[in-house]
Parts: sequence; C-alpha cells; structure tokens
Amino acid sequence: MATAGLHDSELGELQRRLIILRVGLLLVVALLALRLWHLQIREGPYYRDLSENNRTRSVIMEPARGLIYDRNGVLLANNVPSFTLYVSLEDVKNRELLIEQLTNLLGLDEALVRKKLTARGSKQLPRKVKDRLSLREATLIESHRLDLPGVMVQVESQRNYPGGVTASHLLGYVGEVSPEQLEKPEFADLHQGSIVGQYGVEKFFDRLVRGQAGQKSIEVDALGHEKRTVVVEQAHAGDNLYLTIDVRLQKVAENLLGEESGAIVALDPRTGDVLAMASRPGFDPNVLSRELTPKQWAEIVQNEGRPLNNRASQGQYPPGSVFKVMMAAAALESNTVTPSTTIHCNGGYQFGRRLYHDWKAGGHGSVDLRRALIQSCDVYFYTVGQRMGIETMASFAHMFGLGEETGIELPSERIGIVPSSAWKQKAKNEPWLPGETISASIGQGYVNVTPLQMASLIGTVANDGVTFRPRLVRAVMDRATGALEERPAVPKRTLKLRPEILPLIKEALAGVVTEGTATRAKSALVTIGGKTGTAQTTALSKEKRAEKDIPKKFRDHAWFVAFAPVDAPTIAVAVLGEHMGHGGSASAPLAKVLIETYVKLNLPAPAVVPDGAVVRDADAGGQDTR
Amino acid sequence: MIDRVINSRGFDNFDFRFIGLIFVILGVGVLSIYSVTHDQGVAFPFYAKQIVWILLGTVAFLVMWLSDYHRIARLAYPAYAIILVLLAVVLFEGKSSRGAQRWIPMGPFAFQPSEFAKLVLIVTLAHYYSKAPRVGWLQRVVLPGLLVLPGLLLILKQPDLGSGLSFLAVYAAMLLMVGMRSKALGVILLFSLMLFPFAWEMMWGSLHDYQRQRIMAFVDPAYDPGGKGYHALQSRIAIGAGELTGKGLYGGTQSQLKFLPEGHTDFVFSVFAEEWGFLGVLALLILFVTLIWLSLEIVARAKDQLGALLAVGIICMLCFCVVVNIGMTAGMFPIVGIPLPLMSYGGSATIMTMASLGLLLNVKRRRLSFF
Repeated sequence: MATAGLHDSELGELQRRLIILRVGLLLVVALLALRLWHLQIREGPYYRDLSENNRTRSVIMEPARGLIYDRNGVLLANNVPSFTLYVSLEDVKNRELLIEQLTNLLGLDEALVRKKLTARGSKQLPRKVKDRLSLREATLIESHRLDLPGVMVQVESQRNYPGGVTASHLLGYVGEVSPEQLEKPEFADLHQGSIVGQYGVEKFFDRLVRGQAGQKSIEVDALGHEKRTVVVEQAHAGDNLYLTIDVRLQKVAENLLGEESGAIVALDPRTGDVLAMASRPGFDPNVLSRELTPKQWAEIVQNEGRPLNNRASQGQYPPGSVFKVMMAAAALESNTVTPSTTIHCNGGYQFGRRLYHDWKAGGHGSVDLRRALIQSCDVYFYTVGQRMGIETMASFAHMFGLGEETGIELPSERIGIVPSSAWKQKAKNEPWLPGETISASIGQGYVNVTPLQMASLIGTVANDGVTFRPRLVRAVMDRATGALEERPAVPKRTLKLRPEILPLIKEALAGVVTEGTATRAKSALVTIGGKTGTAQTTALSKEKRAEKDIPKKFRDHAWFVAFAPVDAPTIAVAVLGEHMGHGGSASAPLAKVLIETYVKLNLPAPAVVPDGAVVRDADAGGQDTR
Repeated sequence: MIDRVINSRGFDNFDFRFIGLIFVILGVGVLSIYSVTHDQGVAFPFYAKQIVWILLGTVAFLVMWLSDYHRIARLAYPAYAIILVLLAVVLFEGKSSRGAQRWIPMGPFAFQPSEFAKLVLIVTLAHYYSKAPRVGWLQRVVLPGLLVLPGLLLILKQPDLGSGLSFLAVYAAMLLMVGMRSKALGVILLFSLMLFPFAWEMMWGSLHDYQRQRIMAFVDPAYDPGGKGYHALQSRIAIGAGELTGKGLYGGTQSQLKFLPEGHTDFVFSVFAEEWGFLGVLALLILFVTLIWLSLEIVARAKDQLGALLAVGIICMLCFCVVVNIGMTAGMFPIVGIPLPLMSYGGSATIMTMASLGLLLNVKRRRLSFF
C-alpha cells in the first residue's frame, strides 16, 4: 500500500509548511474579529439607530377638525371618513416607475403626482398624493400593494358640509396648506398635506378648529408594509364652533336672492349677532375642499358671477339713498338743519352750470327732514350736503362705521370708501371738486359701502346709537374638556348724538315703510322701519334709465335697510340686489319676508345650549348683553 | 472494509469533538435560518428543508469517512470529467436566478454542480500531485493549472464569481502547500503582475452588470442604497445593530422585516450577528477556528501525501469560504455569492461541505488503521 515512498520527503515539507496556514488563519480571523468589533461595538449604536430608522416610519395622524353648528345646534360642518393616498419616499425604490403606476392606476395627472413626490420637504414624513379616494380606487391600490412599495392608504376624516351651498361664504372651505402658508409662523407646526381653513369661518377660526396632529410610529418591513404600531401620540380634535346664524333664516335669505346676485345681512342689533349672511351666487364648499385640478380652479375663479366673492363683507357698492339715514343724523347733530327746516324741491338742484336731478321729476315740493327721508328727496339732501361740506359729512360717515372694518370675524373684509378731500388727494392725487360733495350727499359718486356696513349702520340706529361688532361665533367648545366658552358681545362704539335725533330718524324710517318709498315692506305681522336706496352704477341719462330693456349690467343696485320691530328692534337687515333696479320694489319685499320669517321663528334670547354640550358657567344661558 | 473499521479504534475522542463541532455549527445555522423563515407560511419551510439536507449530508459524510480515500482519489479524473460535463449542461439546460445560471433542476430541487466541483477539484489536484513526483514548474504549476482552467472557465461563464474564486483559491493553496522552488514562485509572481492589467481589463469586460455593480458597491456602498449597495449596507446595519449582546432570537429587525435580503443563504451570518451580537459572533468564530485547528491536526498526522493534500485542500476551501463570506457580510470584500459553510441554507453546499469534512476525517482514520 505504501505507494508514497517516492515523495515521502515532500510530505514532511508539507507538514512543516502548515505553520503558514496556522499563522495565516489566526491573522485573518483576528482581522475579521477586529472588523466585527468595529461594526458591533464601536459603531454599534450608530448602526442600531440606522436599523431603528429602517423599520419605523412616522405617520402623521391628522386631527379631526372641530364641528361647526348654527345657533340652534344644527350641524353645518363635520367630518366623514375618507381614504387618503400617501407615499413614503424612503420606501420608494423607483420614483419614475411609481409615478407611472399611480398615473395609470388612478388616472391621476402625471405632473401633479410628480410635483407631490418631488416637492421639497422631509423625506421621513409620508407625502399625501391624493385624498378622497373612492372605495374602488382604495381597493385597487391595496390589491397592487406588493408592486407599489412605499404606497399607503390611510383612513382620514374629510371635511363635509351637509348643507352644501348653504352659508358657503360664511363657513368657507378647507384645503391643503400651501407652500407659501407653510413659511408663515402661524402654520409652523403644520406640514405639507395638512388641512387648513382657506376661507370664511374655517380660515378665520382655523387655529381653534384645526386641532393638533398626532404621530404614529409604525414598524414597517422592507416593502413599507405596516407590521405593527409602535408608539401613538394621539391627535387632538379641533374645537367646535357654535355660530350666531340661524340656518333657517339663512336659507330663507339665500332663497330670496335666488338666481340674482346680491347679499342679505341680518343682525341682532342688541348683540351684533349675525343671524343670516347670504351672498349669491354661492359655491359648494364640499367641492372646494377637494383637491381641484388647475382647470376646475380656473373655472371657479374666472366665473363672471364671482361666486367666491362674499358680497356681504367684500362687495363694495355706492349706498345711494340709504346714505341719507346717516346724512339726516349728521345734518341735525351738526346743526345744518333743524327738524322743522324746510327746503323746496322742484325736481332739481342747480350748482354752477350743472343741474342735479331729483329722482322724482317735478320734485317733492317743500319738505322737512322727516318728509325728505320718507320720500327720499334728493334735493333736500343735496342742499344739506352742500351746506354741511364734505369734511363734516365724512366725519359723520366714519362715526357710523363707514370706511372702516366692521370687525366681523371673516378674512379679507373690505372697508368701502368714505370720500373727503384728503382721501381724494391721496387716492387720486386730485383736489376735491365742490360738485362731488353734492353727489356724495345722496350716496353716489365715490361713496362705497359693503352690505355688512349698511346692516351695522341701520342696526346702530335701531339700537339707539350703540354699535356692536358683528359676531359670528357665539360659543366655542373645547373638545378635550367639553367646556363651552361663551364669547361675549363686543360693543364697538356709541354715537355721540343729541338724544332726540335717533328717535326722530327712527320714526321717519317707520314712515318710509308705512307711507313712503318702501310701502312694499309693510307687514301685518310686525312694524318695520327702513330706507330704500337705488344706486346708480353708470351715468345713464334720465331718459335712458327709464327704458325697461337696458342691459342688466347697467341697471341700478337695489338697496333696502330695515329694522323691526320699530319700538324695540331685535333685527336689522340690509338687502342689496345687484342690478335689480329700485330698492323700494326689488329689495324692500325681500327684507319684509326675511323679517316676518324671523318674527315667526320667535327666537329666544341668545344662548340656548345646543346638543347636550356642557356649559361651564351654570347661568351662562341667559347672558344677553344689551 | 467493514472489518477494518472494526479493527481500527473506530470512534475516538477526536472524532467525537470533530463531529460534535460540525453539528453544533450546523445547529446554529438551522436556528438562524429558522429565525428568518419561521413565519414563511409554507408547508415545507427553509429550516425544515435544511434539516433534510443535513440528513443527506450526514449520509455523504459517513460514506466519505468510511471509504478508503485512496479509492476515492482513483475516481478523481472520471469524476472531474463528469463535473465538467455537468457544468456544461448547466450553461445550456440550467435554471437561472438573478442573472446567473447555476442550477440543474431535479424534481422539486435544484442541483448546483459548481459546489461539488470544488471538492472534485481538490481530490483531482491531490491525486495529481501524489501520483508521481512533480518536478519543475511545468509539472508543478502549468499542468495542474490546465486541469483547473476548463472548470474555472465554465463556472465563470455561469457566472458564479464566488465559486470561481474558490476554485482559484484551492489551486493557489495546493500550489503553496506542495511547495515551489523560489525561482518558479518568482516567475509566477512576475507573470501575474505583468498580466494583471490585461486580466483586470478582461475580467471587468466579461463581468455582468450586476457583478460590476457589486464591485462598485464595494468601493462605495452608499452610491446606490436601493441597488446592489443596498445589500452591503443592510448587511452592515444588521451586524452593527447587534452590538455586544445582540437583539435576541427573532429580535433581528433587519432580517425579520426583510430589509436584509438572502438572510437564510449568503447573509445568514448577518442574521446571526444581529441576533446574538459580538459575543455570539466571537463564539461562532471560535467554533470555526477550532474545527479548522482540528483539521490541521489531521494534516500534521497524515500518513501520506495524498491524505495531506486532500486535507489541506479541504481546509483551504473551508477557510476561504468562511473568511470571504464573513468578510463580505461585514463589508470588507465585495459581495460575491459565497455561502457560509455549514450555516447557509442550500442543499448542494451543505451536502458538499459535509462530504468534504467526511473525507477529511477519513484521512485521520486511515492513519490509525495503518499502524
């Protein structure tokens, strides 16, 4: 068997060489051990962190927005569950492929998806790609889950407005926080995809309604699939709002305007509570709160009816003869006239080379202040305005809250224009012309007001000179504690007028309805005082104006402001119908219907606790600031 | 043959330690495979299959242990020829996976000839050197090199970089152990240095995309965390995250949550390291070193050159695989598909490794039976 004899010597050599293997083995193993020591001991904590990041994903839990109710606890805005599509960028292997897949699966706009996925921001936080997925879309995504690493479908609450178009301008709508908004400090705790109020009460009270986002730390596998939730930081729902509006009155107001453009505002003059605030045309906040394509958005913005414009607080119109209410008070207080001063009206007022017409050809004859208001005599007020001068007129207009914000809790309120020589110098860099005072004295020319300002003005008159800031939210309920915080009515200003002035004007305004220009507002149910206004929008000649077939856009704006009951007013109304013609014929009947509806509703004094909400203050129920 | 076994001292203390070590390492491997694949949700999961491979491997071990290694060596050339044929068959009929064609389907399983080729090559080279005195660099280096070449080329063609490198390593280790005159060694070094640029060019050019990416991933693992570098990075994270004491059995999030691919095969060491930490890793290294130390004892006491060469070849192959596998999982080498002997899941590799160890122990047994 010993065949190895020839080279047995080599066996010995080989066996001696084993030392090379032994030393080499120990060296290499030592190297390996050193490397592993480096990885596991020296850099161990670093790699442990990496492995934690590998497996955990932060998922934001969007808070439920606070609910919004009307003054009687009728739900105006709530949240409904909906599917939202998120993409966790960390888990996306091939972004281009994913964009293509999502585009194909859901029929999304490719550019939009790309924008969402490539926008700057944290890579750790999942990106919201689409909300309001249909059930079909959600199941489609779920069934392709293995092919879509990093894609998650979350159930979230989606803002919902059960009333649809009702009170749309007031409630507003919500939308994703924009990149520009994110840079502002008040949105500092938000992130891309957060929902914030973008309009109306939703925007103004966003801080209260928004709530606080929670965070979920979930363990995922290498494909981004959720394995288990590791840590939960609960989301806190936003506060509930109880508005001052009565949705029944609101609907009536909106129906009264119907297809016309215009605004109706109803206030409680004793508190400033906004009982109704209608603006037509409106929009469906459910649609606006969805993600709109640029095309859909353009359609809304470019709509000639400007549905997104809240005409009540943002529409600016010449007040026309409604201005005479303020003028009457100014004339008496400034001693320009006394109640018994009479001025003869022959249908026109000659100033320089120009004749300023009265609305009534032939004139009203000799009128005192009371009759001038009842019949809306222009010549009387031309004369008064001329005597008073534009500066006095402007200072009284400011006293009545014109040319300034009413302070309503809505974004972007407009202030209108109270003209004066200083204003004209500043705005137009031109001197004031004396003839312009005459136009201004009947609420034409440069004078511009919002319907809300007019409602506030007539409310001030009705409330004997005390102005309340218009109030939209009468109580806020903290969702965490259940405590209901009543928000007090805020007196804004008290007119400094001699005490006999406002009663006299109120009596005259009652006369407007019983025997003057607004007999169409006369109600068998309740005594109403008011003032019509017919605001010219273009300088059409008298003859042209009389024609019935002039294009709608050249027709006059129809105003009517009113309060009721005359003795102890509880409601003040301003109606503006754009291009609806005469205030007395077009707007006064609308105000009458609204006021009668209000009377029939027989609202109790404010602050009925709705919906079983807990009242912190036991006797808060009767708080009524008069 | 049976009486020889009986006549010999048979199962002695050395054998007990040697076989014990093998099964401890095998057990650690099964445990790690179980940890990764226990929730696989199929009737016959990987760890169960691996146990079957170990049983088959035990049979192979016994056969290789109890036969006469001289007889086995005499089958070397025909066996090598058969392996070459099988390697050629793989290229045409084989089953491919991830761009490489390495398997011959056999019913529900697949057979990987390149694994067996390693053992056959060792036996062939040992047989070649021991049959006659090989003198001169032609007989010592070139002729065996020509023997290695067809197998190497066929393996690289699959491509199986890992097995190809093992092949070369076995050849180099045998050369080293057989011994060369320093003149020949110098010539080889000189030639290889001269040829290196060409070889590199040829190698780089003949590499598949994924292989180039792997090499790139080695140079800079962060350059493509989702691609090949992903593998290297996740493996390092797994090992590093184990820290001193590990995350415990089933606690390895890297592997449990599938961040680490191939946790049951080539990257089983990373799974083990994540779950058992540096202490576990040290223990495992000691197990492997002890096994190889015992094996080196066998060489030192080998009765003839054939036995010594067989044992040395097997030891070198095992060392190479262990070192390269751990090195690649720890980010010291590029990722080449070399499994960790006795631990990685895989039928061909497990059976081949156990057969090799059986042959190794055979060398020791023969020594005893001869005196």
